[in-house]
Amino acid sequence: MPSPEDIKQRIEVALAGAHAEVEDTTGGGDHFRATVTAPAFEGRSRVEQHRLVYEVFGAEIGGAIHALSLKTQTPLKTPIQ
Amino acid sequence: MSSTEPSPVRDLPMAGNAPAPAAETSSGEPNPIRDAIAEAIEQHAVILFMKGTPEAPACGFSARTVAILEALDTPFAAVDILPDPRIREELSAISNWPTIPQLFANGELIGGCDIVSEMYESGELAEALS
Repeated sequence: MPSPEDIKQRIEVALAGAHAEVEDTTGGGDHFRATVTAPAFEGRSRVEQHRLVYEVFGAEIGGAIHALSLKTQTPLKTPIQ
Repeated sequence: MSSTEPSPVRDLPMAGNAPAPAAETSSGEPNPIRDAIAEAIEQHAVILFMKGTPEAPACGFSARTVAILEALDTPFAAVDILPDPRIREELSAISNWPTIPQLFANGELIGGCDIVSEMYESGELAEALS
């Protein structure tokens, strides 16, 4: 069972300069919500931004990680509107 | 409950009861499920792949997405991915998106529940679905 800290570290290691805030929404170790700020999101659509985060976890999404709700933003901006 | 009248797509061919369309995958194997999904995305202006049905969603994220579409009075087709695990596998292979629900408009992936919710709250969703 990954912890929120595990999820946070994996995102921050995989995406250069990223900052992630992760919470376990059910306490069960398989539903998470993450707010991720990363320079790599600059110039990308929301779909592309979310894909970058999902790719960190590969097949674990939908497997061990049942749900990972995402909010993505670039460092210099408030969430993309 | 709503003036929206989802038109569920219930005719995705499953192995054993479906004629295989002509298209083939890169491996050369006919893939009727993938073809049917791609065709459904192409043929419906707005289509939601979800767990359960609009009337009886089987997951909170799917339920929230349906509620947003109904709040916008957006007619949409819906596909329940639960009856056969291959629907989800093939859908994710097409969309390069691992989670359910997945909302498509005009053949393009709009996103999952999080993006749909953000775009609804910002007012962008109505435009994207028009």
